[in-house]
Amino acid sequence: MGQGSHGDRVGLGIPPEHPLLVWSGPVAAAYRGRVIDFRGRNPLRAAGYLVGGVLVGAPLLVGMLVLGVVGAALSVVLVGLPLLVLLALSGVPVGALERWRLRLLSGLGEVRHAPTPPGTAPRRTAASPKYVQYEGDAAARRCTAPNDAGTHPTSRDRLGPATVPDPHRTPPEPGLTAWARLRLTEQATWRELAYAVLLAFVLWPLDLLVLAFALAVPGAMIGAPVQLAVSADTSGDTRIVKLWLIDSYPQAAVCAAAGLVLLLALLWPLTLYARARAAFARLLLAPREAETERRLAEVTRSRARLVAAFDAERRRIERDLHDGAQQRLVALSMTLGLARLDAPPALAGQLAAAHEEAGQVLGELRELIHGIHPQVLADYGLADAIADAADRSPVPVEVSLELPRFAESVESAAYFAVREALANVGKHSGATRARIDGSYQDGRLLIGVRDDGCGGADPAAGSGLTGLADRLAVLDGTLTVTSPAGGPTVLRLEIPCPSR
Amino acid sequence: MPESLRIVLAEDSVLLREGLVGVLERFGHEVVAAVGDADALVEAVAAYDPGLVVTDVRMPPGFQDEGLRAALALRAERPTLPVLVLSQYVQRAYAAELLDTGDGTGVGYLLKDRIGQVEQFAEAVERVAAGGTVVDPEVVRQLLRRRRDPLAALTPREREVLGLVAEGKSNGAIARELVVTEAAVGKHIGNILGKLDLPPAEDTHRRVLAVLAYLRG
Repeated sequence: MGQGSHGDRVGLGIPPEHPLLVWSGPVAAAYRGRVIDFRGRNPLRAAGYLVGGVLVGAPLLVGMLVLGVVGAALSVVLVGLPLLVLLALSGVPVGALERWRLRLLSGLGEVRHAPTPPGTAPRRTAASPKYVQYEGDAAARRCTAPNDAGTHPTSRDRLGPATVPDPHRTPPEPGLTAWARLRLTEQATWRELAYAVLLAFVLWPLDLLVLAFALAVPGAMIGAPVQLAVSADTSGDTRIVKLWLIDSYPQAAVCAAAGLVLLLALLWPLTLYARARAAFARLLLAPREAETERRLAEVTRSRARLVAAFDAERRRIERDLHDGAQQRLVALSMTLGLARLDAPPALAGQLAAAHEEAGQVLGELRELIHGIHPQVLADYGLADAIADAADRSPVPVEVSLELPRFAESVESAAYFAVREALANVGKHSGATRARIDGSYQDGRLLIGVRDDGCGGADPAAGSGLTGLADRLAVLDGTLTVTSPAGGPTVLRLEIPCPSR
Repeated sequence: MPESLRIVLAEDSVLLREGLVGVLERFGHEVVAAVGDADALVEAVAAYDPGLVVTDVRMPPGFQDEGLRAALALRAERPTLPVLVLSQYVQRAYAAELLDTGDGTGVGYLLKDRIGQVEQFAEAVERVAAGGTVVDPEVVRQLLRRRRDPLAALTPREREVLGLVAEGKSNGAIARELVVTEAAVGKHIGNILGKLDLPPAEDTHRRVLAVLAYLRG
């Protein structure tokens, strides 16, 4: 999508999905051509947000009063205590609803289509035009959404309207009790309760007042001719907002015009108030930094567990195949071999064919099992396993590794990364030789794979490196690929880890 | 018929253990003990003083390389005890460790797949028991691939012969396999040893070890 054409439409403040919400005029004209999200500045949305506040706040006031009074009265006989707990937790659904409502005013005027900030684009240098650094989580994103023009959508666009994240944790076990117990210990719950109380007692009346002043007064003035017409057959005059007496149509027309001017003049303060109101809600309802960090830590841990489970599953499959199919095939091949010794000549040919077939299946199965998880990695460690992988490479590989033993997860991640690199050397590079260097220094495992091929490897083009970068990221490791056109391609991986 | 061997067999899969006993007995050998783990293997060797040990690499309790470790320990204790190790996979590291025990004679390292070729397997068993060295063709293939540069001087036929030498085959066996005369094989071997700067050796065992040492280098 071109930045220019899209920019114009956004500049008019017309979300493409709402063709009826047209807002134009001098203010809009002033913004024309600037790429700004007007969702936070659209007065109709602002008014809608405030009307919603009244619709939520008024019933909330009634509900909280009822719960509080009944709960307090009944607490003498203990029945009321659960009601009071319910009152304490009432902020949680209110908070969720209010966070949802904030979407109406989301993007408080941020620039929507910013050029890619320098830190998020793949780092490239003139010397190596195809230089992509993978680091942590961002690896996948950088690989899948490379964009030279710097116009690719920000995360806001992909998620739709900006949502305020939920500050709550996921209960460790199912059930209402666990949920309530967790919520009552969370700071966010009490912030939400505070917001709910404020909404019920202060904010919604304030919203109503602002709405009444900003919309109802100009509205009544604009409606002066109609009111005059309605009252024509009774009194022949009408009082606008209980203030001005109007008895002729020219007066009514002037009043209506003045109302229109007032309405336009008040739209700006109305919007400002709504934005301040939304900012206040966001302050109380959005997760604090510590809460965000805790969630991130949870996700990081669960990702590490996933990778560990994946590794364990690989080993289990390898073990199952080894103990099952492979042993049976060897036994079958043995039986066929023995049968051939005593077979009558008429059968010998068929037996030989069956024997041959069994041998080939056995060979294929052996390679398959080796690919799933090589036993040499568990027995002898990374250096021998990499040397073994190098032996199998169709391109001659020189190996120079000085490595101690590491944790299983480290060895396995590094091994599969090197194997993928070797596979790429064999498949794409056109290299005639490759070299693997590895060392362990200052608590960091470093391995480099270099080939003399034609270079130009594009990690984004599904070379399998993305997944490996993610696996290394779990261990805080990094994977760097430099592959200028014309070669050489160098892949370096680095994992901070203790030796075993 | 070569003389009957007294064999201790270690293999944790019952199916394969029974099968191996069948094959070995079919060729006239006596399996004095067939056990299912590494500790039992060491005990059985102490109890029966066999002429050959045949063992699997991966065995209980750890299912890693217990069988190989036991074989290495046995060889360290009795360097002349012939040991044939069977592996589900080709691991150069396994072969290397085995060849480094004793003086490298009387050891064998074969893929389990080879058991199916019962006659060749029986031949390998007898060669190891007689103090020969048997290395799986797959291992040799990997070794040949590794040292590609110096081997480039060899003709394709010479490389083929070198592979068979490394597997532990005698001149006669090589001649049969390639369907040429023994004299032709001898000439090839002379050329190979000359090109690779290896000392000429009439003794098959010494020659195998020299070639393997060169390939591993």
